[in-house]
Amino acid sequence: MDQHSERANDPQVVETENERKRSAAARLFDIRRVIGGLFVVYGVIVGLVGLFDSAAEIDKAQGVRINLWAGLAMLAFGLFMLAWQWLRPVVPPTTEEAREV
Amino acid sequence: MDGAGLRLNMNVLDYGILALYFVTVLGVGFAARRAIRTSVDFFLSGRSLPAWVTGLAFVSANLGALEIIGMAANGAQYGIMTVHYYWIGAVPAMIFLGIVMMPFYYGSRVRSVPEYLRLRFNRPTHLLNAISFAVAQVLIAGVNLYALALIMQALLGWPLWLAIVIGAAIVLAYITVGGLTGAIYNEVLQFFVIIAGLVPITVIGLVKVGGWAGLMDSVRDSKLGEAGLHAWEGTGSTANPLGAHWLGIVFGLGFVLSFGYWTTNFAEVQRALSAKNMSAARRTPIIAAYPKLVIPVVTVVPGLIALVTVKGLGAESGDLVYNNAIPLLMRDLLPNGVLGIAVTGLVASFMAGMAANVSGFNTVFTYDIWQAYVRKERSDDYYIRIGRIATVAGVVVGIGTAFIAAGFSNIMNYIQALFSLFNAPLFATFIIGMFWRRMSALAGFWSLLAGTLAALATYLLYKAGVVHFNSDLEESFWGAGIAFVTVAVVAAVVTPLTRPKRAEELQGLVYGMGGIDLKGDVLAGDQVWWRSPVLLGAIALVLAVLFYIPVF
Repeated sequence: MDQHSERANDPQVVETENERKRSAAARLFDIRRVIGGLFVVYGVIVGLVGLFDSAAEIDKAQGVRINLWAGLAMLAFGLFMLAWQWLRPVVPPTTEEAREV
Repeated sequence: MDGAGLRLNMNVLDYGILALYFVTVLGVGFAARRAIRTSVDFFLSGRSLPAWVTGLAFVSANLGALEIIGMAANGAQYGIMTVHYYWIGAVPAMIFLGIVMMPFYYGSRVRSVPEYLRLRFNRPTHLLNAISFAVAQVLIAGVNLYALALIMQALLGWPLWLAIVIGAAIVLAYITVGGLTGAIYNEVLQFFVIIAGLVPITVIGLVKVGGWAGLMDSVRDSKLGEAGLHAWEGTGSTANPLGAHWLGIVFGLGFVLSFGYWTTNFAEVQRALSAKNMSAARRTPIIAAYPKLVIPVVTVVPGLIALVTVKGLGAESGDLVYNNAIPLLMRDLLPNGVLGIAVTGLVASFMAGMAANVSGFNTVFTYDIWQAYVRKERSDDYYIRIGRIATVAGVVVGIGTAFIAAGFSNIMNYIQALFSLFNAPLFATFIIGMFWRRMSALAGFWSLLAGTLAALATYLLYKAGVVHFNSDLEESFWGAGIAFVTVAVVAAVVTPLTRPKRAEELQGLVYGMGGIDLKGDVLAGDQVWWRSPVLLGAIALVLAVLFYIPVF
């Protein structure tokens, strides 16, 4: 990012760019974990409800066991997010060495 | 209207799902706090996020509930023609932003869209834009909040003030604490929750009407008739549901309105500026274009389903107004469980929309108003503090302005009216300034001002009944077009009379002046062919054209 600050000749822009050396962005957590976790929980809750849905509820949804299917879909999506962050963890984004110039 | 007819039968479980969502978004906000040390961390996520995160946040920021409810309403009212808002009214502009404009935004290291105007033109242009943007964002945040409260009152029976306070307090908390990262991370989460809430409505709705073929048949028999199934057929005149000529659709919606919104709206562009490098920044709006291509399936299609399954939809007032298309389907089709997910999805979309406005506002207020004109040269920490105060103030003012929205029947049109006032002249100023190096600083100011006034005058004359348009929508097409032309004419007249900017001042800001490095900050892995912004953009455009074929 140094090659940029030469060009940005505006003092306010340069100053903020310089402050970025202190950036704590590398400490950021991975959002995939949160999305995965929430959807696994939603999937389990809604899927379980779907298992025990009464005839009235299935009728309301036009005969589709929507809770069961939606629950399974959300569970699968949640597990996918967790697996993705497991298999491809983020590389801390800030260090200069990470850049291939 | 007391809304009792819309009341959903929410049980403990549904409320549990909603509560879990509230806890999660707050948790994300607080967890993002530890990654904030500098003002760029707070306002631009330290420019560190990967493209898929910023891309989904980009689309989510636009996926406010006004958008979802409004587009379903449009689907019921105008039929398939509503897809124009997506395929011609969004995707081309998003691709253009990524491929053509992002190198100037991201490459010049500006911290906001108004800041680009300060460097390209002068401080009066900058101040004009910063103030109009800040005002617009608070207004729109207020509109979002009011709509949230109305829908919570109708669906859950919550009093208006309670819904306003809860909605505002949560958004306020996660942005004040977690900064832009809090907003963006939650937008990604909200994107998936919104989709999870809308898909069951669409699926069950389609089952009910007998699938796609059954839906087409029923729409033919509805009040829309055959015209409700075609996007372009019948646009040779204005005798179609939308009342728009194809020229109006292509140039008004597809060019002036959509480019104005997507390319210069900082609440959107901010997501791309938080990307970790130039390649990711350019891919941000392009990645967002892909969900945008298919979102009509869960907005326009439910609108059509509501049209054919809800008797009497399209009333002037009461429970059966078009805007209730999605809530009515939720009431009629969803059992407890997915009902909780759908309500959560709706709440999530309100928050996504409002958070985008608030995070755009606090950044522009701090960097472009406070730091530029009120208190210069303070420490970086000082500006983070100002940003947090601005967030609180913005939300409070947003609550106050929420009631402006009350006077309008179709919320979407109101938003469009605001856009045509601020965005179209801004886009014209940007695009001319980016590609015509001679355009002087004074020309920038006068054309932006004249363009905004022209749009405002058109709007007011229409509202006062002096000028006649067929619909609010047609007014916004024309208002935007008139503003665009005004900017171009004023720029052409003023520029030759005023001093040009020096060449070195324009480096990195204007096409053909050098200073843009598309590869300088490339990361390992960015070079693979499927991460090329141009290729990804081209594919999205081709898809947009292909999608039109079955609904021509």
